[in-house]
Amino acid sequence: MTEPNIRILLAKLGLDGHDRGLKVVARLLRDAGMEVIYLGLRQTAESIVAAAEQEDADAIGLSMHNAGHLTLAPRMVAALAVAELEIPVIVGGIVPDEDVAALRDAGVAAVLGPGAPAEEVVDVVRRAVDQRRSTG
Amino acid sequence: MSAMDGDDRSRWSKAYEGAVLRDVPFETMSGVPVEPVYGAGPYPGQYPYTRGVHPAMYRSRLWTMRMFAGFGTAEDTNGRFKELLHHGGTGLSTAFDMPTLMGHDSDSGWALGEVGRAGVAIDTLADMRDLFADIDLATVSTSMTINGPAPILLAMYIAVAEQTGVERSALAGTIQNDILKEYQAQKEYIYPPRPSMRLVTDMMRFTTAEMPLWHPVSISGYHIREAGSTAAQELAFTLANGFAYVEAARSTGLPVDDFAKRLSFFFNAHIDFFEEIAKLRAARRIWARWMKERYGATAERSLLCRIHTQTAGVSLTAQQPEINIARVAIQALAAALGGTQSLHTDSYDEALALPTEEAARIALRTQQIVAHETGVTNVADPLGGSAYVEELTDEMERQAEAIFAHLDELGEGSILEGVYAGIENGYFVGEIADAAYRFERGVNDGQRIVVGVNAFTDGDDPENRNLLRIGPETEDYQRKRLDAVKADRDGQRVQDTLAQLTSDAADPTLNLMPPILDAVRAMATEGEIVDALREEFGTYVEKAVI
Repeated sequence: MTEPNIRILLAKLGLDGHDRGLKVVARLLRDAGMEVIYLGLRQTAESIVAAAEQEDADAIGLSMHNAGHLTLAPRMVAALAVAELEIPVIVGGIVPDEDVAALRDAGVAAVLGPGAPAEEVVDVVRRAVDQRRSTG
Repeated sequence: MSAMDGDDRSRWSKAYEGAVLRDVPFETMSGVPVEPVYGAGPYPGQYPYTRGVHPAMYRSRLWTMRMFAGFGTAEDTNGRFKELLHHGGTGLSTAFDMPTLMGHDSDSGWALGEVGRAGVAIDTLADMRDLFADIDLATVSTSMTINGPAPILLAMYIAVAEQTGVERSALAGTIQNDILKEYQAQKEYIYPPRPSMRLVTDMMRFTTAEMPLWHPVSISGYHIREAGSTAAQELAFTLANGFAYVEAARSTGLPVDDFAKRLSFFFNAHIDFFEEIAKLRAARRIWARWMKERYGATAERSLLCRIHTQTAGVSLTAQQPEINIARVAIQALAAALGGTQSLHTDSYDEALALPTEEAARIALRTQQIVAHETGVTNVADPLGGSAYVEELTDEMERQAEAIFAHLDELGEGSILEGVYAGIENGYFVGEIADAAYRFERGVNDGQRIVVGVNAFTDGDDPENRNLLRIGPETEDYQRKRLDAVKADRDGQRVQDTLAQLTSDAADPTLNLMPPILDAVRAMATEGEIVDALREEFGTYVEKAVI
């Protein structure tokens, strides 16, 4: 039996408008056969939870270039927990290495640094979703 | 030498002789004397200014070394400003945090986690006073990188100056205020394009009448390029936006020669060395020609494309960040050879965080090396006449003209309407996203080498990085400060000035700068003023497309 297609929701969390990276990721995940729901700019934890529920997303990709990741990403994970949605959250953008452990501790499934190659991006999403499907 | 060229040469000589030169020897390191310019005309300072806007270029005046800075609270950034001036920086350039850029106060829900992180937090006139404390606004020139809420920040700057006894007419500087590229690339818009354009033209009218040393719009390709465009798209979209502002200002009755001299440009210096030089040369030529032929400008100053350049943040790598110093040096050299009037050099750690003071100092030192050690400032447009650079310049111009023709058609004879249409139909964002994706595919399949990322990856040392951290205490501090300002002001006066602003916004014949100044002086917050205008103008929401 083949696994159903991965549905991934992509969003910019917060105010910053740097969407170049997220758009590139959207296209490369689509080229890798995933269904991409692109929410775009100025999303909040609440708007992302609502969309994830409605779209039955398998994973959420957040892009942040505002140095607010330590505040905003844990709130995202917490909002999903409140809504009882077990959806892995993957964070990309400008995240210093030293913050990765804190994000993982807060429940973020994976962190993709600047310059992550396409295969790694696709791989990280697949692994996060597989893990959720095997435990959920 | 043709007769025409002989004329050009003698006119140029005369202009050159009138210039005041820097007191340094114009010779090579070995003592070979060098001419101020080589090759054929038209020469620097001559239409269409391909070779430079000034006959003596850097022999008379080096570019302004303007380093962009801003983080944390107004006091924090004030300290960095003083540091940069102390190290020989010659102009200030202010980076605001995301809430300020988007018109949200530090106590808004939207600001959570973002206060003071990517720039300085400014909520009220009180913050602006702290930002420029002990800096003489009559002698320094200040650039403010802000777009959606630009009139509010300009009003705050004027109010601070006036409170310290400096007349607004004495203020020199630039406010970015280029709203069109926000819809195309940087995405820091608030209102829909047309009411936003009204704010831009209000500011142009206001500064034209009252602030003769101020540049009310810095037409910016930088962000278009950072978002992923090609060099030719950066050139074309930027100049098209410039034409759009000219058309918008003219439609309010401003004569072109009254305001065009105060328009300035902001381009990216990316890593493809010769293409970047060609792009800046082409920008000057195209602008001069269009201003003269299409918009009927006659004053020479109206024809000059004066350029601020910043090295390409997007070219910097998080891997082996110290090698970014070399990238920045090469890009700074391209900006100088392209004839820029001012330059910001990026700090090597910008792919990781906001720059540390050390990284910012190295970046400034890098352009000082280009200016003072390399000798490139001795000769204007030293690459002019190179078959390759001239051909690349022509090619940049051809590609840009094809894009102008498309926009002109979209707008049925108006570039302004063509730009609106291109924003509406996703033309700009689509073109930029396509180019960005092509670039990334090239890096991914190894066709394009990025040192440290997909080749030569040994030597990265993520453990030993000294990054600037902005703690959560900044956010707490700034909120308390805002509470204190709000507790201390005359609430009725705030409400009255805001109500007046909303009411004036409904009448397109009124200039909104005076009521904004009143609100700022009453200590209304940036967010309150933005909302007062939002009542009339509405909010822009982008269609999300990939």
